[in-house]
Amino acid sequence: MRYSAFSLLKNALNGNKDWKPAWRKPDPKSAYDVVIIGGGHGLATAYYLAKEHGIRNIAVVEKGWLGSGNIGRNTTAIRSNYLLSENQHFYEASMKLWETMSHDLNYNVMFSQRGVVNLAHSLPQLDIYARRGNQMRLNGIDAELMNPAQIKKLIPGLDISSSARFPIIGGLMQRSAGTARHDAVVWGYARAADQLGVDIIENCEVTSFLKDGDTVTGVMTTRGPINAKKVACAVAGNTSELMRRAGIDRLPLESHVLQAFVSEALKPVVDTVATFGGGHLYFSQSDKGGLVFGGDIDGYNSYAQRGNLPVVEDVMSEFVALIPALARVKLLRSWGGIMDMSMDGSPIITTGPLPGMYLNTGWCYGGFKATPISGKCFAWTIAKNEPHPLSAPFTLDRFYRGYVIDDKGQGPTPRLH
Amino acid sequence: MIIKCPYCGPRDVIEFTYQGDATRTRPNPASTDQDTWNAYVYDRSNPAKSHREFWLHGGGCRQHLVVTRDISTHIISSVVYARDYIHAGGK
Repeated sequence: MRYSAFSLLKNALNGNKDWKPAWRKPDPKSAYDVVIIGGGHGLATAYYLAKEHGIRNIAVVEKGWLGSGNIGRNTTAIRSNYLLSENQHFYEASMKLWETMSHDLNYNVMFSQRGVVNLAHSLPQLDIYARRGNQMRLNGIDAELMNPAQIKKLIPGLDISSSARFPIIGGLMQRSAGTARHDAVVWGYARAADQLGVDIIENCEVTSFLKDGDTVTGVMTTRGPINAKKVACAVAGNTSELMRRAGIDRLPLESHVLQAFVSEALKPVVDTVATFGGGHLYFSQSDKGGLVFGGDIDGYNSYAQRGNLPVVEDVMSEFVALIPALARVKLLRSWGGIMDMSMDGSPIITTGPLPGMYLNTGWCYGGFKATPISGKCFAWTIAKNEPHPLSAPFTLDRFYRGYVIDDKGQGPTPRLH
Repeated sequence: MIIKCPYCGPRDVIEFTYQGDATRTRPNPASTDQDTWNAYVYDRSNPAKSHREFWLHGGGCRQHLVVTRDISTHIISSVVYARDYIHAGGK
């Protein structure tokens, strides 16, 4: 059923009894053309494979329920304010897909271009932001430097006084950036892919890979074996463990936990996304009214979807330093997600590492905003056995070749990206 | 998370700095073998269970430590001085 004002009205008059589930719950078939592991970026990948490459005999297998992984655990910011051209072109292409996503999917993903402002607290930091802004504008992305008065007008609660612990002296704004409703993105892609014939199989964990010599020919799952001409992996923080089941023991990845927080619901206080440059904090306000925010990863390898208190204290103290008026707001909940931190802080979209296999990983903690372009480029890679021009710099062999894409300039130290 | 420092006793994780995977072996600095260096610099086992890793007790005795920790539960099974670990040949 196509969603429209008419369908809304018709169902309202009919007591809302005729709504159908947004996607089917099929049992896995014995064989598919493509099996995609992971119901996050994997859903977008399936959608683009079916829509743009005519491959519709696809299964997406997800070990939990849809939205239980990182695509439902993030802080929903969408931006393309990177420094390096490879990242700028890639994420700006993603931004363009976000702008039309609700119409393309016939599903309201509540994409809101409310702007992202990076606050600067020292002259050198403002210089670096100016450099990044200039680099963005050279590549056709909007960016503008703001002074403290403009920023105060944007977020009245901010402490811009010179007595602040880290006084705000300016900021870099990308107005086209913003947020989207993360669950709606999952459901929208699931519904659109399902309508194109993709089987979405939940509660189905891959336990091992079916192989013919080195070539991957399918997956063994908790719901039985599934043969496939091509197997694609997009499982974020669990990539190393999944690939070990295929016999790949080492990858340029470390798994780290990132915490996120939501406050009790407030009336509108922040209508943009802002980041604190004196430490690491980013925050926005959801349409329900909760402040959604997060900071650094905990800093050590972790597969536990929960974090430790030092980062909680750090994030809270930063928030209170920025907006003292919110000091007495109560925290509603916090949670952790497992990040696949790559060695240069940039993602990996690649053929291989085994014949018959395709890998999508290394999103660090920026994977949500890339969901559409990741799906589009990964689908291209799977269909054509070669990288999409936009994702060509992001292949796995870049580390060996020495072409790392290190936007923060931290070197091969995943916990610092 | 509490790490039991062999010198200071049990201390909160905030006193420590993580320094990464301790199972890697630095190649001979004179080596020009790209495979060996690539493996050392970039490739990690990244297990979900037992992991041997370097920590620095910067907020305490300032010793470098080798901690063996379950990555999924944060249960720590051993903490030793890094120098002892290195002198024992990384075992």
